[in-house]
Amino acid sequence: MYRYDEFDHTFVTQRVAQFREQVARRIAGELTEDEFKPLRLMNGLYLQLHAYMLRVAIPYGTLSSRQLRQLGYIARRYDRGYGHFTTRQNIQFNWPTLKDVPDILADLAAVEMHAIQTSGNCIRNTTADATAGVAADEVADSRIYCEIIRQWSTLHPEFSFLPRKFKIAVTGSGRDRAVTAAHDIGLRLKLDADGNPGFEVLVGGGQGRTPILAVTIREFLPERHLLSYLEAILRVYNQLGRRDNIYKARIKILVRETGRDEFARLVEEEWAHIRDGELRLPDGEIERIQAYFAPPAYQALDDACPELAVQRAGNRAFDAWVGSNVEAHKRPGYAVVTISLKPHGGIPGDASAEQMEAVADLADRYGFGEIRVTYKQNLLLPDIRKGDLFALWQGLVAAGLATANAHRVTDIIACPGLDYCNLANARAIPVAQAISERFADPERERAIGNVTVNISGCINACAHHHVANIGILGVDKKGKEFYQVTLGGAADENAAIGDIVGPAFDEDRIADAVETVVDVYLAERRGADEPFIDTYRRIGLKPFKEKLYAAH
Amino acid sequence: MPLIKNGARLQDPWFAVATEEELDRSGPMLVPLALWQEHRDRLVDRVGPIGIRLASHESPAAIAGDLERFDLVALEFPKFTDGRAFSYARLLRERHGFTGEIRAVGHVLRDQIAFLLRCGFDAFDLDERAAAGWQAATGAFSAWYQPAADADAPIPARRRYAVPARASVAVIRSEPVQPPAPEPAACAANWAY
Ligand code: SF4
Repeated sequence: MYRYDEFDHTFVTQRVAQFREQVARRIAGELTEDEFKPLRLMNGLYLQLHAYMLRVAIPYGTLSSRQLRQLGYIARRYDRGYGHFTTRQNIQFNWPTLKDVPDILADLAAVEMHAIQTSGNCIRNTTADATAGVAADEVADSRIYCEIIRQWSTLHPEFSFLPRKFKIAVTGSGRDRAVTAAHDIGLRLKLDADGNPGFEVLVGGGQGRTPILAVTIREFLPERHLLSYLEAILRVYNQLGRRDNIYKARIKILVRETGRDEFARLVEEEWAHIRDGELRLPDGEIERIQAYFAPPAYQALDDACPELAVQRAGNRAFDAWVGSNVEAHKRPGYAVVTISLKPHGGIPGDASAEQMEAVADLADRYGFGEIRVTYKQNLLLPDIRKGDLFALWQGLVAAGLATANAHRVTDIIACPGLDYCNLANARAIPVAQAISERFADPERERAIGNVTVNISGCINACAHHHVANIGILGVDKKGKEFYQVTLGGAADENAAIGDIVGPAFDEDRIADAVETVVDVYLAERRGADEPFIDTYRRIGLKPFKEKLYAAH
Repeated sequence: MPLIKNGARLQDPWFAVATEEELDRSGPMLVPLALWQEHRDRLVDRVGPIGIRLASHESPAAIAGDLERFDLVALEFPKFTDGRAFSYARLLRERHGFTGEIRAVGHVLRDQIAFLLRCGFDAFDLDERAAAGWQAATGAFSAWYQPAADADAPIPARRRYAVPARASVAVIRSEPVQPPAPEPAACAANWAY
């Protein structure tokens, strides 16, 4: 894991002091809410429907057990005892009071964390592949580059007042585990002919009311040029991005209006001026950061674990959990474990203070004290010995965290929706809960297999419904909440934007509609190993549409 | 509004021209881009200092060829959220080598001053409250992570050359940054591990 040095510590401490002074000015009435707003947003503090919400950055989704314990402490001390993990690998606290926020930031700084740039029209926390460092197919560990980007982008003087927010994602291989195609900039690690690492550079992906997939503007960027190239893209965008209409201000619109080739030309032209300047990563810098992410002290183990086979055979619930929540690790004898934050009927992404502490303890006992936050609003333990899985699972059962549904239909991504968010048209959480209860039978859920279901409470699409296999969007029709369904979206390397099935469903019928979609899939699929998305691509929208609207 | 230049309050010596008639005045004169372009032939022969004022959609690329004629480039902020001029200032300093005054005019917040300084602005039209907060606004951080148009060595360079985290001088520069001379013995000191 990255560890702060003297410079990082000084920086976040000064940031806390600065915000403490800004909050004091606000409380004393020296700043109006309007004047305070840009300042608090730069520190992740939103004003929601009922209260302030603080969004804390979890850089590239990596946490130490100490940090997770501190988040639990913050949840208990300053909030109502829980926190909410988001699709962007951050955590949100929904009930802090303004006067406490500087103290929360100081508590975060004590464990090398902050809330810088978790909102506002600036470069946000970089999204990473949650299995960085442990995935068998990765070219290089994406966290190294995310940390380099984190430092460069932190309080960047030129890019803190962009036309709109700006999100960068890095994935460690050709398999896209960071939804790079839906980001303003997507970086996919690859090797050149000589085996040197670099990136395919994509720009202009985004969700919202105009979902667009990113396009490639450079096939290969050598790693030493990472920052100068990002700076060139941002500089072009900062000058030319639209500022007249908030819905057209993202870089995706600029890229679309300019055209990919012309946009790429502008970037290359700018880059030619700065590529060999101060931003060029000097020899040794990548290695310096890489050293922080050196592999932990793995044991030499056999990959086969007879003990595990016996434990699985003897316990159906454990067997099911291993089947859905445990994935291959690049080291023999180790496994990658997803801890589902999607209990059947629960609130997606919520974790209580006790659960955070329990996960931190389990990470210390069975892992190397490291936890990841995933795009799917779950937690992940990257390095678990196969022989420890059963004991780990028992610990998770005790903490209420052993739901065996990773990647399944109830592993739903949902935004806060109308329960918290002042931009919402409709509630998202109760819909997620209703669908989750509908599919709570583990046998049935297993039979359905892997499918993504995402629910956004408005067209801002924070839950990425456009790129879900089954996407649900809350809309407002004459003051009533309705839900529009899209099918066939995908968030991986074959990213696709879903197709709208037809008229929206009301609150009472949305869970039925999802069930109908699943039934059509089950009836049409060519065997249990054809996942939902493949069936959809084979048979198209029509059979689903017919069934969904048959009775009307 | 108070004018602050290099940290000190000043009387503004510049007259802001708004109409064609005012172009005949003497003394330092700040001219909007449209008037400059229209009357360039006559203005190039003028004796007194000339400054140019660019709206936020007017890139300095439009005047790059004339830069040596200007002592001042004023960049407008119609709203504090319109951040185009941050890029313009850096381009003026780092790309075009402009060494005259770069002034922020319009709506800027006190909490943006540190960023503006880093991008190469050295003069500010501020409201009283923002001017009063100058010290706090510019002294909040002792080092930054990325290189920009200021003379401060950024954190990566300080790490490489072992410059302490707290040593800081805020100077406006127009020369490219020279990293502090390396101290070979100290290079090995890496607090990070
Ligand atoms: S999608 Fe809409 S309702 Fe949901 S969190 Fe985003 S802005 Fe709020």
